[in-house]
Amino acid sequence: MLYEQELKTFVEGTTNFFEVAAQQPASIGSPYLMEGAPAVHEYTGVIKISGKREGVVYFTAPKAMLTVLLMKMQENDFSHETMRDLVGEVANTISGNARRDFGRDFVISVPSVLSGEKPEIPQRPGQRSFIIPINWRSHSAKLVVSLT
Amino acid sequence: MSNGRMNGNGKRSFKLMIVDDSNLMRRRIERSQQFEELQLVGTAADGVEALELFRRTDPDVVTMDITMPHMDGIECIARLVAMKPAIRILVVSALADKATAVEAMERGANGFLNKPFTDRQLNEAIAELMR
Repeated sequence: MLYEQELKTFVEGTTNFFEVAAQQPASIGSPYLMEGAPAVHEYTGVIKISGKREGVVYFTAPKAMLTVLLMKMQENDFSHETMRDLVGEVANTISGNARRDFGRDFVISVPSVLSGEKPEIPQRPGQRSFIIPINWRSHSAKLVVSLT
Repeated sequence: MSNGRMNGNGKRSFKLMIVDDSNLMRRRIERSQQFEELQLVGTAADGVEALELFRRTDPDVVTMDITMPHMDGIECIARLVAMKPAIRILVVSALADKATAVEAMERGANGFLNKPFTDRQLNEAIAELMR
């Protein structure tokens, strides 16, 4: 069972990044349950969680959104490595927020970054995953929370 | 601050080292800091690189990430302070929990800035560091 406060912490970690780094807030869409294969875009930042809860939380975004986000951050390098760095930083922020709010009940890994069309997300079979759309300008990314 | 240097114009100057495992964040800090008296002497992607760079360039001011491969920021802070007690270190990290900030300060950091940050927040934190 995922508690509302837990979900809020992950969502705020994500939207905070847009609000501060790009000076333009993101909005969230209605959460829904994931069905089938993991929903991913080109770049994905993943944190693994253990302790009181087990599972993963990941932020996945299309290249077009990350490109505009980098522009808003006054960045001139739009290379693959920079895109990876950027989703890693978003995941870092989510992780930092979770550590602050959940304390030692949650053991949170250092974020890892995946890219490509079908990255392997470390998920348990049968685990329920919530997808929260993260909308920013004309783009949409996803925050996926998959915890038991 | 005791370890600033006098430049040719009689003004104080400080050597700056940026330590972060993200290229993006290193560039961001370099680009966003607006102090004429800060001279960037190099950037490092982890604690081990930072110690090597320190030995070569003797920086006065450091921005330090915490979560990095090979050697994290907490250990690196302790080693830098052991080598140069007057060094000024600003932790720039996404780790928002108090325990991390307290540990960094206990090891010798002088300030803490959460990621993500605005240009203004970064410059205020660096100004505080150089006071």
